[in-house]
Formats: sequence, C-alpha cells, structure tokens
Amino acid sequence: MSAADHNTATIGKPMPMTDARTKILGLGKYADDLHVPGMLTGRILHSPHAHARIVSIDTSRAAALPGVQAIATGQDAPTPYGILPIGHDECVFAVDKVRYVGDNVAAVAATSAEIAEQALDLIRVEYEPLQPWVDPEESMKAESDWIHGSRPHNIEKEYHHSFGDPEAGFCKADFVTERRYFAGEVNHAAMEPHSTLAIWEPDDRLMVYSSTQVPYYLHRTISEVCAMPMNRIRVIKPLIGSGFGGKSEVIPIEIAASVLAKKTKRPVKITYTREEVFYAHRGRPRTIVDLKMGITHGGKITAVQARVVQDGGAYCGFGPVTVLYSGALIGAIYDVPAVRFDGYRVLTNKPACGAMRGHGTVNVRFAFESMMDELAQKASLDPADVRRTNLLKAPCVTVNGLRVTSYGLPECIEKVVDRSDWSKKKGKLPRGKGIGIACSHYVSGAANPIIRSNMPHTTVNIKVDRDAAVTVYSGASDIGQGSDTMQVQIVAEVLGVRPERVKLISADTELTPIDLGSYSSRVTFMVGNACIDAAKKIREQIFAAVAKKFGCSPSELVSADETIYKRDDTRMRVTFDEAVVMAIEFHGALVSQGSYAPPEDARGGKFKGAGVGPSPSYSYGAQVAEVTVDPETGHVRVDNITAAHDCGKALNPLAVEGQVIGSVYMGFGQAMQEEMVWNGARLMNPSLLEYRIPTTLENPQIECMIVESNDPEGPFGAKEAGEGSLAATIPAIANAIYDAIGVRLDTVPFSREAVLEGLRKNAGVTPKAKAREGNGSARAVNAAPCSNNGESQK
Amino acid sequence: MMQKQLLCCRVNGEERQFAVAPNRLLLDALREDLELTGTKRGCDDSSCGCCAVLIDGVPMLSCATLAVSCEGAEVTTVEGLGAAGALDPTQEGWVECAGAQCGFCTPGFLITTVALLRRNPNPSLDEIRDALSSNLCRCTGYMQIYESVKYAVEKHQKSTPVPAGTAAAR
Repeated sequence: MSAADHNTATIGKPMPMTDARTKILGLGKYADDLHVPGMLTGRILHSPHAHARIVSIDTSRAAALPGVQAIATGQDAPTPYGILPIGHDECVFAVDKVRYVGDNVAAVAATSAEIAEQALDLIRVEYEPLQPWVDPEESMKAESDWIHGSRPHNIEKEYHHSFGDPEAGFCKADFVTERRYFAGEVNHAAMEPHSTLAIWEPDDRLMVYSSTQVPYYLHRTISEVCAMPMNRIRVIKPLIGSGFGGKSEVIPIEIAASVLAKKTKRPVKITYTREEVFYAHRGRPRTIVDLKMGITHGGKITAVQARVVQDGGAYCGFGPVTVLYSGALIGAIYDVPAVRFDGYRVLTNKPACGAMRGHGTVNVRFAFESMMDELAQKASLDPADVRRTNLLKAPCVTVNGLRVTSYGLPECIEKVVDRSDWSKKKGKLPRGKGIGIACSHYVSGAANPIIRSNMPHTTVNIKVDRDAAVTVYSGASDIGQGSDTMQVQIVAEVLGVRPERVKLISADTELTPIDLGSYSSRVTFMVGNACIDAAKKIREQIFAAVAKKFGCSPSELVSADETIYKRDDTRMRVTFDEAVVMAIEFHGALVSQGSYAPPEDARGGKFKGAGVGPSPSYSYGAQVAEVTVDPETGHVRVDNITAAHDCGKALNPLAVEGQVIGSVYMGFGQAMQEEMVWNGARLMNPSLLEYRIPTTLENPQIECMIVESNDPEGPFGAKEAGEGSLAATIPAIANAIYDAIGVRLDTVPFSREAVLEGLRKNAGVTPKAKAREGNGSARAVNAAPCSNNGESQK
Repeated sequence: MMQKQLLCCRVNGEERQFAVAPNRLLLDALREDLELTGTKRGCDDSSCGCCAVLIDGVPMLSCATLAVSCEGAEVTTVEGLGAAGALDPTQEGWVECAGAQCGFCTPGFLITTVALLRRNPNPSLDEIRDALSSNLCRCTGYMQIYESVKYAVEKHQKSTPVPAGTAAAR
C-alpha cells in the first residue's frame, strides 16, 4: 500500500503508546512482577574460573538443606543449543568445563531466595584450571587448550570477501589512509534485568513467561533442551523492560527455570541480579578494525579494505552474524566501487557477545566515517561534500549485491547541515569548539531468517465478530519500541476505524501465529506489511457484503471514520458496526490471515556469508555533533547532536523520534563513557554504578529530524527507525573533537588521556603517559606508485 | 530467619499492618508483601532509581530503605499517584509525550518528578535535568522525558492545585 492511496487518519499522526497507561499506573506486569501460588525461587551457581575442567560437583549438602526442592547440573540438560543452527555450543549448565567467569554451573530451586542462595554456597565444585584466553589476537594463535574442541585456534568463524577490484581502486586513489581503530566492549544495560517464570502445568505442559525479544526461538530451544514437543510448551512474553538485543538470544535462566520447573513440577521464577546480566551479556564485542580507504582529489571513494577482529567471548551466540554485518554494510551506504573484507570472530574466555543495537555495524562505521573525515581534510574538502560526492543513485544494487529501494540519505545530510549552520561553523569555531558530521544506515529486517526456510517471517491473524471489535493476533514482541501501537495504527487505518476499536493480542505462542522476533529492526517493515495484508482481507469481506446491499461493486466503496460508504455517493453509507453484521450474515464470523516474506530479489548473493546484510529495505541517517574540549583536562563535553533519520514514512512520529533520540543517546554513551573493563578474564564493572550509562547530566541536547523517502515496499512507505542512527553518533563526535583541537581519536570510548596525549603530540612534546593501544597509528600517504593506474576498474 | 515484627504505616493513603523481618527492604515489602509491583528493581547498588517511592513526601530509594524504618510513615508508590479516577499531570505528560518506552524506569521517574514539581512547580530545563539525574532511562535519551515534565508543568499551572498522591487527594 503506498502512502498516496488516501489521506491517512492515524498513520503519520503522533499517537501515544497503547500500553502507556498501564505503564504509568504501575499496573503493567513484567516477568519479575508475576507471582503464582506455590512458586519457587531459583538461583544460579556461576563459575569463579575463566577456563577450567569440572572434575566433580557435589550437591549433597545443598540438597539436604530444608526448603531446597531441586538442584540441576549439566547432566540434567546436556543438549547444546544456540541461536544459530551452526552454533549449538552452549549447555545451560556446563557439562565438562567452564569457559568464563560467570559461566553457569548449577541451579537451585527453593522455597525462598535466601534458602536458594544458602544452597549455592553448599555446592562443592572441584575445578582443574586451564589456560584462559582473554586477548583475541593471542587467542587466534592458540595451539592448545582451545575453548571449544571443534573450533581450532579459537576462531569461531572467519570470512574473506572481495567485491569490485580493490587493488585497482587503491591505485586510482589520490589519497590513501590506513589506521587501526579500537572499540571497547559494551552492554545493552536494559533497565529490566532478565527474568523467567516457568510453570509446570498439571497435564504435563510447560508455560513460560520470559523477558524475551524472541518467544519463537525460545519456544524451539526449550523444546530441544527439555526434550518436550513444542506443542506442550507455551511461551508468553509479558511487558519487557527493553532489550536492545540483550534478550534476542535464549538466555540461560530461561532454560534453567524450565528445567527446574520440570524437575519439581512446580512454578519456578529466576530473576538475574544486575551483575548476572553482565555475565549473560550478549553485548557489542570489543572490536579491532584495520581500515584502509582511498579517495580521489575530488573526494570520490575508490576502494575500502577492512580487517575486523571481534572479541566474541566464550560461546558462538550471534557471532558469525555480527562479524558478517561488520563487513556487509561497509559498502552499502555510499557508492563504493571496491571492498575487501576480512572478518574474524574469535573465542575468548569471557561472557559471550551477541547482538546489540546496530548489530555488527557500529564499530566499523565509527572507523569508516572517521577515516572519511581524515581523507576529506587531506584532500582539502568539506567532509559534508565528500559524503555528497559518494551518494548512491537509488534504486540500485550495491557492490556486494544489496538491493537499495529508497534512499533518503541526501536529504538527511542537507537537513543536518542546514540545521547546524555547518558551513558557518566547520573549521571556523574557536579552538576548543568543534563540529563533526557522520552518516549511518541499517537494515529493516534481515531478508533471510536465522533458520533458513521459505516460510513467512511473520503471520498476523484478525478476528471480527458480532461485537464489531477488531482483535489482532500477532506474534510480534513489543519490547518498549511501540510495535503493539504500530500494529493497532495500521489495522485501524486500513479498516477505517478508530484505534480504540482494535485490540492486540501479542507474543503468546498458544494464541498468536509465529513471528521471528524483535531483532534486526524487522518488526515495522515485516509485521506492518502482514497487518496490512490481514486487514485488507477483512475489509474485502466487509466490502463484499456492503456492495451486495448497495448493489454496487466493492471497488466503489471506501472505509473511513468508522463508516463504509460509496466513494461518489456518500449518502450511501453504513456504520462499521452495521457493516460487520452484514458481513457476518454473508460470510460467518470474519477472520483473516496476513503474512510477509521478503521478495526473492532482496535476499542477496550466493557466496559464503551472503545471507547476512540483505534486507528488504535500508534506513539512513546523518548527524552533526558539536563539542567543547577543555585542553587543560582533556574533558570533552558534547553540547548537542542533530540527527536526521530516513525512516521511509513515520507511521507514528512520536515513536520514531523516541527511537532515533534513544539510538543517539546509546551511541553517545558508547562514545564517551561506557566500557566493560577487564582485568584479565575478570569483569571489573558489572554494575550500573561502575558501568556508567549516561544520566541527564552528561547527555547532550538531541534533536531528531525525520526524513521520509517512502519506500515502495514498506508498510505505508515505512522502514526501520530503532537502530540505524546509533552508528553515526560515535564518529560525528570523533570528527567534532578533531575540529575542536586537531586530534584524531581512534579508540572508543574517547578518554581524557587520549585527548591530552593527542594534544601533547601535536605540540611536539614527548608524551609522558603511554597512549592507549592503537593511538596515533595512522599512516596517511599520497597514493603509492602503482603500475596499474586503475584502468582495470573501468 | 530473623523474627518478624509488626509494621504499621500508610501506603498510598491506606492503613497497612503487616509483619516484616527487620532486614527486609522496603522494595521487597512493597513488591512481595503488598503486591505493589509498580515499584521496580533495576540494579543492586542504588544507582538506577527505578525503585523510588515517596516517604512522607520525600523521594527515597526503596532498595536502600529498611521496611521497618517506615513505621508510622506515609509511603506513596506509583500506584498511589493521582487522585481517585484521575491521573496525576505527570502521568498524563508521560502518556502524551512518550516519556515511557519500555516503561521499566517510569515509576521511579514519575515519583522523582512529582517530588520535584511539589517543591518547584515551574522548573527550568537545567533544574529538571538536575532533579532527574538520580534516575536512569536506557530507552528515551531523556528528551521526551523533559517534554513529559514540561507537559505536567503546564497542566499543573492550568488545574486546581491538588497535591497528588497524598491522603487528602483520595
């Protein structure tokens, strides 16, 4: 359905979230708010060792403690699982060895939390410590003591891609730069710690309420590990206190609670402490990016080469997808004629990394956009102009086979340049004040499902009965981003009724058809299209009945304002309630099913790893950051960030602004102050006191401007809005810092020490303090002499 | 297990009497003994503000307050905001301006904001930032929270001043 179909009643209008009231009244139930009679409390025993063989586990003293109802260890659930079919490498409790400090060894279900915790202290585990691997580049060289026997040299996956002719591209370049960038490891820090309540039902069924972004994958995994058919398991997603990817894999407590419920035949709830959230992790990996880029005198990119090493932690998780995303989206935002990519996902003895907002793309985008700024300066060009010079000409297919259907990046750039007074400020602000620009993009859902099949990625059912209430049954998981509201809006719009008439039942595997989950920014695009499909089918049934009564063709009818009427004779009208009764007389109760699967030509190429990156559509964003740097202390204050985001069509501008600003906020946090700090294999800051997400005091003013490129395949033209803006924030700040003080920062988060070190270097003073790794490693040269002048490129 | 003792206090305008262990946190007493689960636990070290409640009108972290210390006190949780049948303007602001995304931090922010607007009915943006720095939100980037507060300020100024969340308001 295109935006031009008719003037919309609810689409495009700011609409408060449908669940806002229950949240502000404190009545909404999140997983840890649930309580059922007879409920036991579960607690997990975690490993104190980073890498060790388990010699023995003695649970006898714990089992004897009054109030302890069950203890589970590796033998109780030895089936390995993992989010990817190629990565079933973790067991809910370690079977033979532990692989990180915090790994799961056993769990206790008891009549109170206090008793469960006492019981953990009584479990005796004998370990035989092994060599721990903590640095990914060391880990890759390991000849023995591999973390998983099936992964030689601790390399989970490596990919080597080449598109176009990178050698020829670099020869053609007038300026080439190489630099090593580092980005620290970050955690989602969703405000709700993970929680699961598993209830064993009298008829030997299992009902699981869990803080998950992926009820369907959880459903499958419980079935596999607990050896129960899926049809005896029901997974329900209650309210979720946000996820950002941290709840997009099966998390150990979800299986642990299920195993304990099955063992005790009682309800068992386990809620993580904040410290445990950091061990469950699945955050953005520490990443090393060796980037090389060439441009012409005019600013046109000729080639890009990236070697990416991700410190993935002890289990596979989403790892291969994360590293593939870091390569797939290098050449897809601009017109890049040649790309070489070498990606390594490396196992280390630390909590497993996974998907986090902007999955895989963020740290590479930081490197890419920083280097563009550096090359612009070398070529004496305006960085905004360099970006203009390299725009795609959409619709098109990128060098690595990604289909671009709509492209609002040019307008995003113009908006932020205008709004920030870029041309008056860039290079013209007093020393210590700076302005920087950067762009980013993201998928609107993955075109290929995690488990490859030709089935729809989502299905939505609608029921309309004699009460004329419109009930939508959807598997989509609202995790706070507002997907429930989006679906209500779309169905109301298509049927021409008020949103209050539409009731959504969501994310309950017993009631709702399968949706793959809330990840890769797929819900608006895919579930939105399925809602349109299902609602149109209800509308057809209603129109058929009304047309029969009016003696006209259904095509002459319009549904709007709670009525159905003839387009050219508005006196011929019935209310929606009357029309529903007519249709029920005509058809029986009204039901419909809508679904969505990405089109064949959006699914990418055929090479190894080609499945990651393709999307039915891409969002785009541009940002300008302004900073103030204190050269005495190295302190950087980000004063404001102006963000423009092409979301195709803002179905609900209130929600889009919230998503874009929230993305910028999270990028700001990673840029300036968030980092998981390690002492060897031990995490030093597993708390919100020490892992410092920004408060109102540090956070800059953030302004969001919406760009609407009206995607031809998006629901009412919509694309994603929840992730794409994050990646631009970090390089926009880096580039602003350069503009302020002439220092290029290549290590995230940007530290005062690095700022001072850079200032000292610029002043020609021998640095006293050793810079953080990688600082100042750039090698920028005019293009090397080259026998091939790039003719082969043409 | 420690001997429980009887606790008498007012919670959201109602007299409550119940037995609690001396080491029981107010947060657990509210959530588990009184089934007032609107108050949330987001951390374990008093850094997130999700568990904020009003104790005799002062915003306090219920995760850092012993339940027994509330003997005779007036405790207001998110469930007790607003007059009977009507939302507090702060709550309205959070609905209209999308101050809540996932909603997990919302109860703590509402409590902090209600306390702010009682002592300063017309705060500047800097004063709002300062007051809300005790609470963490991971979703919104705070901008729509500021809008929500401003909405409440304007609404407060238009309406008859009924102190929200007090016994008099019920």
